Amino acid sequence: MSKYQLNYLDQLESESIHIMREVAGQFERPALLFSGGKDSIVLVHLALKAFRPGKFPFPLVHIDTGHNFQEALDYRDALAERIGEKLIVRQVADTIKAKNLTEPKGKFASRNALQTYTLLDTIEEFKFDACIGGARRDEEKARAKERIFSVRDEFGQWNPKLQRPELWDTYNGRIDKGENVRVFPISNWTELDIWNYIRKENIELPSIYFSHEREVLEHEGQLVAVSEFVQIETTDTVSIKRVRYRTVGDMTCTAAVESSANTIDDIISEIIATKTSERGETRIDDRVSEAAMEDRKKNGYF
Amino acid sequence: MDILRFITAGSVDDGKSTLIGRLLYDSKSILIDQLEAIEKQTKNREDGEIDLALLTDGLRAEREQGITIDVAYKYFTTPKRKFIIADAPGHIQYTRNMVTGASNSDLAIILIDARHGVVEQTRRHSIIASLLNIPHVVVAVNKMDLVEYSHDVYNNILIDYAAVAKSLGLKDVRYIPISALNGDNIVDRSTKMDWYEGEGLLQILETVVVTDDINLTDARFPVQYVIRPQTEALHDYRGYAGKVISGIYKKGDSVTVQPSGLTTTISAIEVSGIEVEEAFAPQSAILHLTDDVDVSRGDLITLTENQPSVSNELEVLLCWMDHKPLVAGNKYQLQINSRLVRAVVKEFQYKVNVNSLEQESAPEKVQLNDIIKATIKTASPIPYDSYQHLRVNGGAILIDETSHVTVGACMIQ
Repeated sequence: MSKYQLNYLDQLESESIHIMREVAGQFERPALLFSGGKDSIVLVHLALKAFRPGKFPFPLVHIDTGHNFQEALDYRDALAERIGEKLIVRQVADTIKAKNLTEPKGKFASRNALQTYTLLDTIEEFKFDACIGGARRDEEKARAKERIFSVRDEFGQWNPKLQRPELWDTYNGRIDKGENVRVFPISNWTELDIWNYIRKENIELPSIYFSHEREVLEHEGQLVAVSEFVQIETTDTVSIKRVRYRTVGDMTCTAAVESSANTIDDIISEIIATKTSERGETRIDDRVSEAAMEDRKKNGYF
Repeated sequence: MDILRFITAGSVDDGKSTLIGRLLYDSKSILIDQLEAIEKQTKNREDGEIDLALLTDGLRAEREQGITIDVAYKYFTTPKRKFIIADAPGHIQYTRNMVTGASNSDLAIILIDARHGVVEQTRRHSIIASLLNIPHVVVAVNKMDLVEYSHDVYNNILIDYAAVAKSLGLKDVRYIPISALNGDNIVDRSTKMDWYEGEGLLQILETVVVTDDINLTDARFPVQYVIRPQTEALHDYRGYAGKVISGIYKKGDSVTVQPSGLTTTISAIEVSGIEVEEAFAPQSAILHLTDDVDVSRGDLITLTENQPSVSNELEVLLCWMDHKPLVAGNKYQLQINSRLVRAVVKEFQYKVNVNSLEQESAPEKVQLNDIIKATIKTASPIPYDSYQHLRVNGGAILIDETSHVTVGACMIQ
């Protein structure tokens, strides 16, 4: 192998850094949407590589549904402090109150859909013209069709039929007032790429990604953490299991997997052996309908 | 392990989505829940077979109409490579989608229906592959099961296609007979076509050498962003952040900044936050220059000994991608890598017939999916290379100044 050859993780990293710098070069008021999940943690790591020793040209923004895992929130605060970057947090609960929104009901009442309102309000409040997010095209079929620079109208809506052609590595971020662009620097990464990169770069993760004991209830084959946000009925089977999280979202819509994986190596072995996709195994919200993700994206969801 | 980006091109019923589904399925990149989801959808259909095409049709309208609207990106990995597939729709009206998908591809799979042989769309797809300068082409003759795996049928198609490849000057063309539906010659060699002595499709994809396609001679570094911490400790730090799109930069190299033409020396290079002696394509890097010259986003740092052309008049092949037609004299923004300038499309020399490559007289109005030869004048000079020589510094997009939409793709001559 010639010394002028990059392995695939270095190629992916370089591409993502290039995209982040295009955001910095093209937009007045960008933001990086940070959730505390592994994908957005990788985004922050890439931003460090793209902009250090300078400051980030954008704040970290977290839309907090109030249903997050405490471990993810603690990690978020510690990370922002450690890297010395600005963190903006906006609460979905505040939007619900201010706008008189109706809280969803049901066993796993999820504020996932309401998140969109808070996100759009936050975009308006800070006049963000670009929001960097950690979505990957391998996650879901609608995402597979989304551009790296994805233009949203003033209602935050994605129109899959009116996407701009995206050629070479040339990204067109020009927009009208009120519009904004969602930018996905890790579009071309898969779940396994993310984990291999975390291992290579030795990136620290919230503890819930690793095996731990947790009280869970079993629902249609999925393990949901027992919390104040989930309604437990007498017919439910609740037990303590050794689990870890493969994705980290709200406690109401993210399921755990049984696992004794304590290290990144163990996790990677498990992912290679798994027979279920990341979203299929751990996301309760995507199961609602075939076009669930497409609908939510069209409505301004990330 | 490296990455291969490829595009699949075929007409509507050539089985393109089935082929992709098959590659994903046979490389075990499809997981049970995804398979269950398509099984569920297939049950609502009449034939009852699992429709692998459903794996790639992501939008509701696509599933309802049974067509593919937009370029979908799919991923799979084998122990040898990571693969990124751009699945471009085959419809006539979607030339722009194929151009989009082709722009980043190392390889094109051109699908031919064994029953129909080389048809108009085969030519069109091959012409686009050649205009976009995709380095490698694999001609996959599909649906061999429907022609009784006939060697003669395959051979005749080869002869026909070889003529197309020759007329287009395609450099690296390989041929393979397959049945995407049954999995013949996809991952495993088919037992039904003993006469075929080549590798299976996946093997071809795993072994095509793509590192040689990266140009390490003509060093080009578009500046994206200037990093200036302006803190006490880093008061004088000034780093030019960008990506080495081609070539190699070493500490101490004499460089010229285009289009200003100022010459200076590289004093330091950083890659991934670490100071290094050299940076090469396609690394993202930060360059430091000895002199305090005026460099900003949109400038191109090149080796002094190897310069691009610099001009404010460009001869281009232009693929028009907007519903609003292009009229000579219209003004646009032209973006080439990080450089954005105002531009006017001055005159059209001829229109390329995308089915025959013949030059036709230039139309008054250029319509969606037309490819024309045109002259573009820019408000300030552009440092560029010819697209056929250096893809990464010869492709530009045109942006409508009022709608901000990307309306054209330019391959600079």
